[in-house]
Amino acid sequence: MIQPPSGPVPWDKDFAQKLLFDMLRIRRMEEKCAELYGAQKIRGFLHLYIGEEACAVGALHAILPEDNIVATYREHGHALVRGVSMDVIMAEMFGKAAGCSRGRGGSMHLFDAATRFFGGNAIVGGGLPLAIGFGLADKLQKRQVVTACFFGEGAMAEGAFHESMNLAALWQLPVLFCCENNLYAMGTALARSEAQTDLCAKAASYAVPTLKADGMDVVAVHEAMKLAVAHVRDGLGPFFLELQTYRFRAHSMFDPELYRDKAEVEEWKTRGPLHTFSARLKAEGKLTEEEFLVFDAQANAEVQAAVEFAEAAAWEPVEDLLKDVYSP
Amino acid sequence: MKMTYREAVRQAMREALAADPRVFLMGEDVGRYGGTYACSKGFLEEFGPERIRDTPLSELGFVGAGIGAALGGLRPIVEVMTVNFSLLALDQIVNTAAALRHMSGGQFSVPLVLRMATGAGRQLAAQHSHSLENWYAHIPGIRVLAPATIADARGMLAPALADPDPVVIFEHAQLYNLEGELPDDWHCDIASAAVRREGTDISLITYGGSLPKTLAAAEQLAAEGIQAEVIDLRVLRPLDTDTLAASLRKTHKAVVVDEGWRSGSLAAEVMARIVEQCFFDLDAPVARVCSEEVPIPYAKHMEEAALPQVPKIVAAAKQVTGK
Repeated sequence: MIQPPSGPVPWDKDFAQKLLFDMLRIRRMEEKCAELYGAQKIRGFLHLYIGEEACAVGALHAILPEDNIVATYREHGHALVRGVSMDVIMAEMFGKAAGCSRGRGGSMHLFDAATRFFGGNAIVGGGLPLAIGFGLADKLQKRQVVTACFFGEGAMAEGAFHESMNLAALWQLPVLFCCENNLYAMGTALARSEAQTDLCAKAASYAVPTLKADGMDVVAVHEAMKLAVAHVRDGLGPFFLELQTYRFRAHSMFDPELYRDKAEVEEWKTRGPLHTFSARLKAEGKLTEEEFLVFDAQANAEVQAAVEFAEAAAWEPVEDLLKDVYSP
Repeated sequence: MKMTYREAVRQAMREALAADPRVFLMGEDVGRYGGTYACSKGFLEEFGPERIRDTPLSELGFVGAGIGAALGGLRPIVEVMTVNFSLLALDQIVNTAAALRHMSGGQFSVPLVLRMATGAGRQLAAQHSHSLENWYAHIPGIRVLAPATIADARGMLAPALADPDPVVIFEHAQLYNLEGELPDDWHCDIASAAVRREGTDISLITYGGSLPKTLAAAEQLAAEGIQAEVIDLRVLRPLDTDTLAASLRKTHKAVVVDEGWRSGSLAAEVMARIVEQCFFDLDAPVARVCSEEVPIPYAKHMEEAALPQVPKIVAAAKQVTGK
């Protein structure tokens, strides 16, 4: 296992602040989503990422525009950091035609061709074989592209994970497996569903190099991701990265959270990625409280504008119902 | 030129591989083994292991990889040995390949061709003898083809590869050894049904492995003075209802022949469309000959009894025509 560097934040002030700001944007957007869900503006399943922001932010700032992203149903943060505008993400959740999937996908199916964001997948593990295909296409067409595939630890119980790891390793494909281990597959704790709870050991059984990082720490995530991306981009084959994280909210808006103690949630909240990182930056002189408040106000303003955009956006006409089932 | 159905499939793939460097063939035993049904024999030597890609026994994984590769700019032909194994890949076919275009708001199409063998008749018992074409024909977002002739086996692959959407091709295992003349113009579309035999008294509607049986039945009926028109659906989704309706308006009677089980069969859908569109043209209730509702048995006489056969088709047609 490779260890990411410890010590002070190894980045300049601008980059550090940028990552903090992106975490804030996800947090504020999703807090608003929860509120809008209560107001029945957003419907369907809504899986919030609150608590896990360091994973998407740390990871996605380590990859390039030509790289491919495959994500799961808890992907609002990934889409946002990848560069999908908050306006069209919000419009998608409202089900409006201006949404990034024209209102056909909703919260679980955010897609954006321009940023090579390929979902958005409501089937646990369903994105993993796709990532293999992207890796194969890039390898055969001799492109130095990385496919970053995000999934939860629950997906590692699926056959899709094992089939995909095997294919990636067998064919030495440029695929970076990013497991966001938040300890619960819906309500099923890792130890109650997996005989082997050491996820890196599982991945390593396919002869794939692995790395474990503190998913509550954006520094650890980003530095680990840089190592992983470099490995894959250099043509050294697939890589497995485990980001140890925790969601502060329920699995979805329907989840009464009977499966875990409140004390456990509170304990993890003390490691929350936003306040630990901002405190660290302040202590290192890379952030002032005033700057933080400005970022927060900017994030809130972006959220407000996105909600207004989504509210004002048009519904797709029902006459278009059968559009895009087949190519024209 | 005389050739087998297998050779026609083989020529079509060979031509596709030679014509477009984005095309590659992937599946279980397509390379060193030469293809379970010998459709890719010699390809490994000719095109190399990158483009003739043997996969592990990992249907979900490699079918999903085919979808990803299609999105990544390649034109994969993915061979799933038989329809039975494709059930292991259903998630990727139904939840991803078929749905992606719509649920992404039209941003992504999946130019994937998925080939598999289907059908019974070789005493392989239940798990290797099923005809599940109608399961696939149920799914919006994919195109489902069933080449039943040497010409279609030769002609359908190129338009399937040119189609930006996922295409599933069912090759009936009993057809691979079928031998016949490849007509000069074997090019075809992948949108329309075909009239395989003209007739005036009754329409026999079928597809895939049941076509030769249905044509044989039509010959027997002709000897008894009943002129049957034989329609080959060819495209199981989207169905070409116009060709059916045109035939029904001429014959006013129909029997549907389908190797799928009767309940929820493709035959049921065809009958429903005939009733919806041609009710007032009908002179008799529409009948169907399907497989008996049993997992296909091993013993030869039992297997034969379970499947549509020429005498059953002849009997159904005579009953419908009242002769």
